[in-house]
Amino acid sequence: MLKVKNINTYYGQVHALKNVSLHLREGEIVTLIGANGAGKTTTLNSLSALIPPKSGEILFNGAPIASLSPDRIVELGISQVPEGRQVFKPLSVEDNLELGAYLRYRRREKRSEIRKDLEQVFALFPRLLERRKQPAGTLSGGEQQMLAIGRALMARPKLLLLDEPSMGLAPLVVQEIFAVIETLRREKGTTVLLVEQNARAALKMADRGYVMETGKVILEGEAAELLENRDVQRAYLGRDKKEIWER
Amino acid sequence: MELHQQILQYLLSGFSTGAIYALIGFGFAIIYNATTIINFAQGEFVMLGGMLSYFFLSVVHLPLPAAVVLAVLATTAVGIAFERLAIRPLKNATPLSLVIITIGGSILIRGLTMLIWGKDTHALPSFSGSEPIDIGGATILPQNLWIFGITIVIIVVNKLFFNYSITGKAMRACATNRRAASLVGIDVRRMVLFSFVISSAMGSMAGIIIAPLTMTAYDVGIMLGLKGFCAAIIGGLSSGFGTVLGGLLLGVLESLGAGLISSGYKDAIAFVILLLILFIRPQGLFKKADSERV
Repeated sequence: MLKVKNINTYYGQVHALKNVSLHLREGEIVTLIGANGAGKTTTLNSLSALIPPKSGEILFNGAPIASLSPDRIVELGISQVPEGRQVFKPLSVEDNLELGAYLRYRRREKRSEIRKDLEQVFALFPRLLERRKQPAGTLSGGEQQMLAIGRALMARPKLLLLDEPSMGLAPLVVQEIFAVIETLRREKGTTVLLVEQNARAALKMADRGYVMETGKVILEGEAAELLENRDVQRAYLGRDKKEIWER
Repeated sequence: MELHQQILQYLLSGFSTGAIYALIGFGFAIIYNATTIINFAQGEFVMLGGMLSYFFLSVVHLPLPAAVVLAVLATTAVGIAFERLAIRPLKNATPLSLVIITIGGSILIRGLTMLIWGKDTHALPSFSGSEPIDIGGATILPQNLWIFGITIVIIVVNKLFFNYSITGKAMRACATNRRAASLVGIDVRRMVLFSFVISSAMGSMAGIIIAPLTMTAYDVGIMLGLKGFCAAIIGGLSSGFGTVLGGLLLGVLESLGAGLISSGYKDAIAFVILLLILFIRPQGLFKKADSERV
């Protein structure tokens, strides 16, 4: 469904992505792990056309998308849930969700269809329903994350890009959010590219994973394999050499 | 006239000029929220409203309603052209250089207007007669009522647009978080264009409804623009109620100051207020403390 071939992305002079390649099959959950500054967020932003790559190719369902504008990317069915939620704080929860469907309003899609998706998001995250009239800025971190995911879902994405959904959240809330991601895949067949610092949780849920370091993909494989990989364990799963040795 | 009647009189005329300032201030706030720049050509939209309706009315000899509509449309076209030619092409310009460009744009618009229609001051007839109406000892002109009425209608429509239409909400979304707005598929440049459309239309309307009272000329935009800017600053550059209150406050203080102290200080009052606000409460008089949680 998505093929990224050798993209190179720059922030001014800084070469942030070096020949990054990856792919996602329909219905897969793939995770991108790595330390801070490895280029995970940049990869997502290149896909969303916020920072278009200088060279390389991005194919979505066979069509090149690397030179499109951010709104065209959303229109094609790729929605990003950005790092740090980025909800529209002064606007109400409901307005935030409606804006997720902005392009569908522009296309003059039936209001009843959009309403139906709104109800679905509320069913997925009942806490948002309780707070539908509240300004998004007054929600807790976890609720804002739910809102950011709900907002992305309102566009009916085929591919969901999630950037560190667990950042700064309590473990229980993280579990809740991860459970929703799995539900989405099961019930709607949504393909997910998940960027996480919490590598263990991400690999447990994902089918496959890529490991990034200093702008390069250094390792890829089945999630279960990566969980067992000693380098990954040492570098990202917090196990030191001794523990690995003892097993 | 007794003192309380005088004061009533000053209040009434203060509210009426204040309403104009509020409309102009809205234009500043709307463009500021969409682009984070202060559009110093806003006053020229106000001037164009008055001058163009004079042109359509007295030179082309159209009836007043048609002249007003055409003047608003023509000013809006200027607003669109301004955004397209002066703002949009500069992709990575800093806000400061954009602000300077708006100043350049305002000088250009003013200069062209002077070349085409000369330096004369022109009068626009009142919309419905000029028979003063007596209110508790103070008098008010029918044109003042037009000003109140049209301002209220514009503010209400504005409020409905920003709170209930998807485009209005998208514009607010852009104002709070541009990145997130483009991630949900909002074309930010389009929203910037809309902000210029709304601001120029509102500004021209302000210029039209005040022209029968104060006359119009190629250079009225400077002062009216600065007063509107002052109203917007008092309101904290929000496009909400703060700017309305800011405009009214400014209008009333000006007219009280001019009436009770000396009319020579009229303009000085506005700028003293502007400076005080910028020194003491740069976030605006009415802004609530941030109630956001991270």
